[in-house]
Amino acid sequence: MSETATLAPRFAPGARVSVRRADPPGHLRTPWYIRGHVGVIERLCGAFANPEELAYNRPGVPKQPLYRVRFRQREVWPDYRGSAEDKIEVEIYQHWLEPA
Amino acid sequence: MRGHHDMGGLPAGPVERSEHDHALWEKRVDALMLLLSAPSRRLLRVDELRRNIEALPPDAYDRMTYYERWISAIANTLLQRGVITADELGRKMAAVAARGKDAP
Repeated sequence: MSETATLAPRFAPGARVSVRRADPPGHLRTPWYIRGHVGVIERLCGAFANPEELAYNRPGVPKQPLYRVRFRQREVWPDYRGSAEDKIEVEIYQHWLEPA
Repeated sequence: MRGHHDMGGLPAGPVERSEHDHALWEKRVDALMLLLSAPSRRLLRVDELRRNIEALPPDAYDRMTYYERWISAIANTLLQRGVITADELGRKMAAVAARGKDAP
């Protein structure tokens, strides 16, 4: 497959998404603490070779869209004591996201 | 299973903010990584390095410094890629250690 092949973005800014609660072995860039949580697409950051494949010296194509996803701190951390408006943003690859 | 390195949100105490100068060997590790990963060679990728750092046993991960984790992961990546053999690396390490003993 060509090094420039890129998957089409599935999500637009503002879309509600949930992070897959997956736990495969390997090199994963989706932090444990955010899996299973629901957030909103803040922006599309671009498309990049999949680091889960690059970690095994494979080409990682087609490139995966990467999003910055915004979550409410109170939703992520049940004992969060800051403002209810506080947010946390995490960059997550498309294959870890589902419509919510 | 949550990886030992994947510690976001776990209790960890205060952040250590002090800076320190890098030792010569640490600069050499940084240079080694840049040279090995240059597009003209691509003998390792930073993603492979991260995978090998994450594969460290938890006690080693906690005990090792930043560049100790790097050099360990560089060695493991080059072994996995077949760039070097364990025998070559072992003999070279023994030779360097012996050289150090002879120094005044």
